[in-house]
Amino acid sequence: MEPGVHFMDGNTACAEGAIAAGCTFFAGYPITPASEILERIANRFPEIHGSYLQMEDELASITAILGASWAGRKAMTATSGPGFSLMMENYGLGLMTETPCVIANVMRGGPSTGLPTKVAQGDVMQTRWGTHGDVGVIVLVPSSPQEMFDLTIEAFNMSEKYRLPVIVLSDEMVSHMTEKVEIPPKEELNIIDRKKPKDPPSEFLPFCPDEDLVPPMANAGEGYSVHVTGLTHDEEGHPSVDEKTQNRLVTRLIDKIRKNADDILKYDEYKTDDADMIIVAYGSVYRAATEAVDMARDQGYKVGLLRPITIWPFPEERIYDLARNGTKTFLVAEINFGQIVFEVERCTAGSAKTYLAPKMGGSIHTPEEIMERIVAINQEKIPDFKE
Amino acid sequence: MMKQEIRFSGFGGQGIILMGHILGKAGVLDGKDVTLTKSYGPEARGGACSTDIIISNSRINYPQVRNPDVLISMSQSALDTYLPTLDDDGILIIDTGLVETERESIGLPATKIAEEEIGLRMVANIVMLGYFAAKTGYVGKDAMKDAIESLVPSGTEEKNINAFEIGYRWGKK
Repeated sequence: MEPGVHFMDGNTACAEGAIAAGCTFFAGYPITPASEILERIANRFPEIHGSYLQMEDELASITAILGASWAGRKAMTATSGPGFSLMMENYGLGLMTETPCVIANVMRGGPSTGLPTKVAQGDVMQTRWGTHGDVGVIVLVPSSPQEMFDLTIEAFNMSEKYRLPVIVLSDEMVSHMTEKVEIPPKEELNIIDRKKPKDPPSEFLPFCPDEDLVPPMANAGEGYSVHVTGLTHDEEGHPSVDEKTQNRLVTRLIDKIRKNADDILKYDEYKTDDADMIIVAYGSVYRAATEAVDMARDQGYKVGLLRPITIWPFPEERIYDLARNGTKTFLVAEINFGQIVFEVERCTAGSAKTYLAPKMGGSIHTPEEIMERIVAINQEKIPDFKE
Repeated sequence: MMKQEIRFSGFGGQGIILMGHILGKAGVLDGKDVTLTKSYGPEARGGACSTDIIISNSRINYPQVRNPDVLISMSQSALDTYLPTLDDDGILIIDTGLVETERESIGLPATKIAEEEIGLRMVANIVMLGYFAAKTGYVGKDAMKDAIESLVPSGTEEKNINAFEIGYRWGKK
């Protein structure tokens, strides 16, 4: 894609971000509202000698990208709720086998097949806990086509750096809106590739981490003997189903994200300096919340906004600090009946009250709806979240 | 101009979505911030369909159009559906050959002009865009023409530019 200013929808920008990051393998199954990602990739990959596979379903799609990643490709799939649910098992396989890849999940109204053409934010906790077992995850939440481009590149970078499937958690509104997207020249992009082994094949331990807790990765065909399994495995990669190996491996998989959180974590703040109340909003709702903050300020309410860009890891320390230093109230606006609100409430550790501005799938909150909630909370007309 | 919200409406097949993309791209070429949203699903096929555009000199936050400043209607069913959303002070632009309304409006017989002067009914949307550009001045004429050239099917550029110019002249009358 030539550098410069384009007018592009979110899904197209996501596909272009993937290509800019070096993605050359894509396997997927079309689903509204993610299909334009697949269409764009299918159109563009012949130009860059990429491999696009339309699979029989989403189970096959994610499994194919895990395999492609082990063959040395940067690989991706894209889906929405129903397909994302099908991917949960092998999302776990990717996390367990430390396989770099990217999954774009464009949220639509659920549960089940729900509202295919309309926006929702019901999959947030699924990205964190949807697969079985204890996992550390990275999930990025864009709020514009420009961020679909930027954060898809970031997702590939994080997946390569920390060796795990990284999720780009979009929503129907962000994916289907068309806006200005600036594509920088190739040489200005920061592209990260996976670490390669320094040891010769005879001495290489494929799951022995460096100091950053991430093991270097040998691709298939590079002369290294690599065994990859979803079973609990030792540093040689062989199944070792004992308590000690489990403790060592899973602790590292979680610490790999937790101890590197400063490098991974991203969030924005708006007018939080003197705020009594802070709205927490992400994805498309963040844009309505920004306007609500301005409306509230005009009416004399000291309201600010905290917007997680990585929803996982979550900006938990920042919320804890804000709650301890003057913020009396948090208001979480999300298109569901409460997911991130639990996380915010936990992070305040009882130092602030937490409220929810819920919304059912179908449309994003209007700034006025959020404003009404701000006024109602100030007049103590609605119970706090726990009640 | 600070921020303008525009809703293009008509029936499926009239190129309503393309009108939005042309105006949006022209706005971006003119250095403005633009957000385009459109309806998806069965409601966007046939019947009344619409494309919404916000054009602003500053960053656009809330992305949806609720009460547009300008409503363009290319069919009666689209007018009947979307007229209630038009801002009280808003401008209504209609294809006067296809749409009747008692509300104050401006317009031109875009489809008739496309048929009679270009010999191609399907460029009625571009005739209308020319008229819209002349009447509102939200986006520069050159940017509009650049956007048309880059977005219409190759080989049809000349006919589309011609359609735009005709509509633009009607708007300047």
